[in-house]
Amino acid sequence: MYHSCRQLLEMAETRNVPIHEIVIENEMKHSDMSRAEVMEHMKERYGIMFASAEKALDQPLPTEGSLITGIASNQYRHSQSGATLCGRFINTVMARALSCSEVNASMGKICAMPTAGSCGIVPAVLISVGEKYEKTQEDVINALITATGLGAVVVENATVAGSEGGCQAECGVAAGMAAAGAVELSGGTPAMSMEAFSLALINIMGLVCDPVAGLVQIPCAQRNASQAVNALLSADLALGGSKFPIPTDEVIDAMYKVGKLLPVQLRETAMGGIAATETAKRITDKIFGH
Amino acid sequence: MVWSLFIDGKFDKGQGIDMGVSIFQVAGPIMIGPSSSHTAGAARLGRIAAKLADDFDFVSFGLHGSFAKTGKGHGTDKALLAGVMGIREDDEAISNAYAIADAAKIGYEFHDVDLPGAHENSVRIAFYKNDGLLCLVDGSSLGGGEVRISRIDGYEVELSGNLPTIFVRQQDKRGVISHITTVLADGGINIATMKVSRKNRSEEATCVIEVDDVIEEEILNKMENNPNIYAVKFIKL
Repeated sequence: MYHSCRQLLEMAETRNVPIHEIVIENEMKHSDMSRAEVMEHMKERYGIMFASAEKALDQPLPTEGSLITGIASNQYRHSQSGATLCGRFINTVMARALSCSEVNASMGKICAMPTAGSCGIVPAVLISVGEKYEKTQEDVINALITATGLGAVVVENATVAGSEGGCQAECGVAAGMAAAGAVELSGGTPAMSMEAFSLALINIMGLVCDPVAGLVQIPCAQRNASQAVNALLSADLALGGSKFPIPTDEVIDAMYKVGKLLPVQLRETAMGGIAATETAKRITDKIFGH
Repeated sequence: MVWSLFIDGKFDKGQGIDMGVSIFQVAGPIMIGPSSSHTAGAARLGRIAAKLADDFDFVSFGLHGSFAKTGKGHGTDKALLAGVMGIREDDEAISNAYAIADAAKIGYEFHDVDLPGAHENSVRIAFYKNDGLLCLVDGSSLGGGEVRISRIDGYEVELSGNLPTIFVRQQDKRGVISHITTVLADGGINIATMKVSRKNRSEEATCVIEVDDVIEEEILNKMENNPNIYAVKFIKL
């Protein structure tokens, strides 16, 4: 059994198996399920993630106050335009992350990953990387399990709640999870997956949770897009082979401690950050009629 | 959840103990957005509360704290109403809750309340039939879709809905609890947790029992068939 990234990595390396193998075996014991049941459960979630990453690409969805309506279809059109700075791949990843966020805000069906506010990052990255390397659905689901296994370590030892740890705990952990899964899909080692997780988390450390009008729209959707890109660049940094000296468990603990140091105004209360701007206050008044 | 100590850069956890978190807690819940606490949790709260009430034709929701302040933007109203009609937290029908309630001739009303000491995301749900109050349920959404019913008709309880649960109203009298546990034991049912609550001695009391298995109707009838037992409800989500 594992309770830390170090243990998870040791078990994978000792047995020379991918991280997802250890995570699957652990889940079979934890939930008293067969291997087929674990895979079936994750496949169901993959299906919902896939659908939510596609749904808003070609149709604007209604959202409260229309704050992010059309954000995904605009980005998708841009990704196909040939006039992007970051290229079609990165822009499609961002459009998919935005689609999940737009579906979520429109009261559509999503799978929290690890939370509803951060539900676009892991699906956008793993679906797109799987597509890029022409991986099978099973490969992508395995990468999803690797990502989720690392997320479970954070849930057990720290937090993924914006109200406790800020955006770094939601979108940051999602980026770490996505980065670890992307490394696996790219043929990297379990150690590289751990490094990618650490790098994604340090790249966002300290980010506050400041939802405009308290809604899961702005800046959540934009951060789903930017953290999906953070996941990809962190995966590439790890795949580049340079070693990052701080172990993943220590990075997670640092994130947790930073979260505790954040004042309550910056933890999902809509009292600080972008939520406390003049325009955000006007948007709030308009929606809630105060 | 077990919190680990962080010593010398290593998580100090007992070896061989099961990982405390299922990967499906991380990849999940499957839900209708936008918020696991304000939407999914609200629907779940409504669903549990309705199982404590008999057939109702009107429901009133008192919204407390963050449910009152930002509930509207998160569809908390629709989710609660959908929940009491038995609609699940992963059912897209949540967004049509008003139309569904109107078609089913279920009346509804929302207002703000202050529930002293309650969790930020709390609601007081009152169920009515023919203008008579059937049941009053207080509950909170704790995040990640997890919920807790904290009060039923003024009795303090603790009910998550994660396990099949029996809710009993009984006379606070010697031998009643023994009757309840004997019926369960005879039925081969293992009790996971049990909490008895009363307001005053020798008056009505309540009992919340979480069990590992689904309970047959016959066992519940046996339990109810006692002059000191007033009502037995079974909650299985």
